[in-house]
Parts: sequence; structure tokens; C-alpha cells
Amino acid sequence: MSNKIKAAIIGPGNIGTDLLMKAMRSDVIEPVWMVGVVPDSPGLARAQEMGLKTTAEGVDGMLSTMREDGVQICFDATSAYVHAENSRKVNEQGAVMIDLTPAAIGPFCVPPVNLSNAVAERKMNVNMVTCGGQATIPLVAAVSRVQSVSYAEIVATVSSKSAGPGTRKNIDEFTRTTSRGIESVGGAEKGKAIIIINPAEPPLIMRDTVHCLTVDEPDQDAIRQSIDDMIAEVQKYVPGYTLKNGPVFDGKRVSIYMEVEGLGDFLPKYAGNLDIMTAAGLRTAEMYAEEILAGNFVPSAA
Amino acid sequence: MDLKGKKITVHDMCLRDGMHPKQHQISVDEMVTVAKAMDAAGIPLIEVTHGDGLGGASVNYGFPANSDEEYLSAVCGAVKNSKVSALLLPGIGTVDHLKMAVDCGIGTIRVATHCTEADVSEQHLTMAAKYDKLDVVGFLMMAHMIEPEALLEQLQLMESYGANCVYITDSAGYMLPDDVTARVALAREKLNPNTEIGFHGHHNLGMGIANSLAAVEAGATRIDGSLAGLGAGAGNTPLEVFLAVCDRMGVETGVDLFKAMDVAEDLIVPMMDDIVRVDRDSLTLGWAGVYSSFLLFAKRAAKKYNLSARDILVELGRRRTVGGQEDMIEDLALDMAKERDKIGA
Repeated sequence: MSNKIKAAIIGPGNIGTDLLMKAMRSDVIEPVWMVGVVPDSPGLARAQEMGLKTTAEGVDGMLSTMREDGVQICFDATSAYVHAENSRKVNEQGAVMIDLTPAAIGPFCVPPVNLSNAVAERKMNVNMVTCGGQATIPLVAAVSRVQSVSYAEIVATVSSKSAGPGTRKNIDEFTRTTSRGIESVGGAEKGKAIIIINPAEPPLIMRDTVHCLTVDEPDQDAIRQSIDDMIAEVQKYVPGYTLKNGPVFDGKRVSIYMEVEGLGDFLPKYAGNLDIMTAAGLRTAEMYAEEILAGNFVPSAA
Repeated sequence: MDLKGKKITVHDMCLRDGMHPKQHQISVDEMVTVAKAMDAAGIPLIEVTHGDGLGGASVNYGFPANSDEEYLSAVCGAVKNSKVSALLLPGIGTVDHLKMAVDCGIGTIRVATHCTEADVSEQHLTMAAKYDKLDVVGFLMMAHMIEPEALLEQLQLMESYGANCVYITDSAGYMLPDDVTARVALAREKLNPNTEIGFHGHHNLGMGIANSLAAVEAGATRIDGSLAGLGAGAGNTPLEVFLAVCDRMGVETGVDLFKAMDVAEDLIVPMMDDIVRVDRDSLTLGWAGVYSSFLLFAKRAAKKYNLSARDILVELGRRRTVGGQEDMIEDLALDMAKERDKIGA
């Protein structure tokens, strides 16, 4: 029996290709399919060179053989508009769907905070929130696990070059989805998200600011320790996740200033916002794969 | 310069841009009093929102005394002839805020992005354009940071999403009259003739009036200002001064000059926590090309970490920060303080 779980990546764009490069290094995931819709797309050509089966017929082009090819995990790196349909189709073939689009039809998953819940509950679709959510929700959770947070706000600043057309066409989705994640996964009573796009050259590395307002006076030592521990967890899959300044304590305000540098697999290093999505998606898949390999979980059509 | 007979619409910013120097603490009563007096003076358009636009209430920008909804519904209900506008910055506010503002009775929505990022406004401008009779304005901030040709492309995007008026916005108060002329003239030449062009100035280099006149000469028909200059940095173009100059030059604004002067002197100046003027730090904004609302944040960080606000602002300019990056200021101040302590040790 193979010691890796086979996976398909839907969407051969920048995100899908970066994910592929990361997945090729995984001990428990083996990417076998790359699914696109444009026949001469460079992403499909690259995947083919790397030995994957490819189709330009969308998910339908893979469906008939995905079971015999052993695909048990799929990643969707396309768009929110087609995600629900993609998810339904691959779920029917018994594969778990990891959603990197903002569709958010499945529960939010931020690996160091609630990944084990998703796996324990055998969810067949999990959503990776947003890039800003992956970068900041762990820190909101780091504060809220020490004491109650009445309000948490994040400001994600990304370089112009790393904000793709999907994000730009529906920027409200970023603010709404991230706000919800700050509440439901981060544990803040109320969440707010702000995104700033900066066109400076050379492109700036993703920056994130997290402001939490605690209900009682902040326990400074405990919060510092909790933040350090959480950053170490995220660094396991995003080594460039760095505390720049803080935590600053000002009354009941706790402010944390972060920088997120990517690994530079396919995406440039400054695009830490995209890297943290692909890394978190892969981390999620690996946790599912470990459960499957251990015989604790058999993904199946609902 | 011959501007005789030109007709323009002036747009007052006291109750939106003026929220910055007031740290967003203007009360609903003050807003209503000011708006009624502006209405009586014949000011056609009055902007009312959190300084950072709809949804700006935040740790990052400051929590306002009242919600946008409370301000807008009170002011919209108080004015007779003036129209009320609201500002929206995608990434901070959403279409939900836009709908709320329309329900409150605004006549104009202004959707603002950094000058290179017009495409993030598509969602909001497209939706706004579906409302009958809503005046839909695109607003490109920090317009000094790109050349006129590049700016034109972004203005054309906003026009294509449904804006019937587009603004060239000198958020840093950095532009000189020739910069304004080049940008407005090219836009006037290339945009649809029915699309109005506006100019929003800041007075950080004392150029608010001169820049606004240059804009009118090059074809702009909407000019932002604020009575007594209540706005971020050294304030907006001081509106009563601009109105007096327009009067001398024969530019038609429809505003009663003396009444406008009285609102400035009797209502706006007494509201100021500190007199809004060109001082060392606001002058630095204009000189270094920095977003005007960074002023008070830089002053506070300078005080807290024992630094110079001018040094902080110059560095923010060097890093080419854009509107909305207020969170950079404490982060940068912490870096500068660390650097200083390292050298001192």
C-alpha cells in the first residue's frame, strides 16, 4: 500500500501551481491530477511535465477516472462562482474538498486553531477563509485563548501585484469572510477586517496588524507567551511568519504587527498572502491524509 | 487666468474630512447645526461620513462619536436644498454600507481608491449606478503618485463602471498647479464629455486655492473644500477663501459668500480642537507626499515613543505608504525607537 494519499488540484493558475510545488515535497500527499479549463494554459503544461495527469475539460474531465486513480483529496484553487459545483462532483466520488476560494460553503479551517476539529468531524468540505484570515486569525485566537476578546480587528496590507482579479472584483467578500472568521474561529465577540492594496515597487511583503480589545485588563505575560507559541505553530508551515513589533499593550488594546514572507516556490516571496493560503491548504490536506493512512477515516460520498 | 462665466459646484468636506482633526468626535447636533447653516448659505453639496468613509469606525482609524447611519439620517433630514454625500473606501466599507447610506437619503456616493487601484471599485460603482438619480463619483486618491497618462487609465476604469463624475484627489497636498493642470487637462480631453471632473485639494503647501483654480481652468467643474479649512493635515482648500476668489474672478458658484464666511468663523473655527493650519508637521505631509490623515497618528506616536513627528512622516513618504495604512505608523515608530536605543547604547 502506498504511504501517500493521492490528490487533485483544480485550477492551474498561480495558486494551484504554487500548491503543486509544495505538495510535491509532502511526505503524505501525492498530487496526481491537475484540472484546468484552458487547453494551452502554461499551468497545465507545467503539471504535465511534472508527471501529473491533466485535463482542460474542468472537473468533468477527471471525474470518470478519479476513483480508479485513487484521488481522495481535492484542492479547489479556482473561483467562488464554480466552487459549489466542483465540490459536489468530487464529494460524490468520495474525495474530500479543500476550498481555497472565498466560497466558504464548508466550515472555516485555520490549521493551528481548529484543523483538528474539522478532521475529527470528518468534514468533506473545508474552507481556508482568506489570505488575511490565515495570517491573522491564529493571533486573535492566541489572545482569546488567554482571556475574552470583545472586539478584534485586522488590517492586511498586500502588494498590488499579489492581489489578483478575483480579489479585486469582489473585495467585499474579503472583508466579510475575514470578519466572520475572526469571530467564529478567532474567538472574538465582534470582528472587523480591513484590506489595503499598496502598489509600491519593489513590492512590499505582506503586512498584517491585529488589534484586540480585551474585556478585562490584558494579562501581558500570558498573552506574550500565547502569541509566541502560536507563531511557532504557524512557522511550521510558513517559516516567514514573523512578529515585527508588539504586542503593544495600551489599556485594553493589544496590538500585534506581523510580516508574512512566502517561501517563493512559484509565487514571489513578497506574496506571503498567497503563500500562506497554499501552505495552509496543504497542511490541512496532510492532516486528513494522516488520518486516512492511520485507518481512522475513509472519505466517502455523503 | 480668465475663468469668467465658468460654473462650478463646490462640495464641503467639514463633516467628513474634518472628522480627522476632530478625531471623529463631531456630535450629531454639531453636524445638524453646521449642515443647516451651509444649506442656508447655498452650499450645494455636503459630505458626511467617518473621516475614513463608511465603515471607518475602527481601532485603526478611530471610533466616531456616532455611527455613520446616525450622522447621515440626521443631516439628510435637516437640509432643504443642499445634497448630502457619503464616502466609501473599498477594503474598509462594503456595498452594505452603501445601501444603508442610500436609505438614509444621500444624493451622492463617492467611491475612493488609491490612484493605481481603481478596479477594486467596480463592485461598488456598478451597484451605485443602478440607483436612479444617485450621483455616482469615482475618487482617485494620492493622485500625485502617478503620471497623468497612468491616472487617465484609472479614471477611465471608474467611468466604465458607471461613475458620472471622477475626481483627481491630492490627498497629500503635494501637487503644484502645473501637476493639477496636466492631470485635469488630459482627463478632460480623453474622458466622455458628459463625465464631470472634480478636484480635491489639501492645503499642506498652501496651494489649495491655486490648485483648485488650475483645476477649473483645465476643465474641472466640481471643487472640494471645507469652510475654515477643517480637514486632514493643514486642511482642505479653505472654502470661503476659494469662494471669495471665485467671486473676484467671475466664477459662478451660487453660494452666498458672506454667509459662508460666517459659518466658517462662527461655527467651524470654534469647533476646532487645535487650529487647523500649515505647521511644521502638516507642511511635512505636503513636502514629502504623505496621506494627510496620518498627521495626528504621527504626532501621537512621536509623543509616545519620544520621536520627531517630522521624521516619522518623512519616512512614511520614503516608503511610499498609501491611504489607510495608519497601522504602519506605530509599527514604524517602534522600529525607529529601537534603532535610536541601539545607537544610544
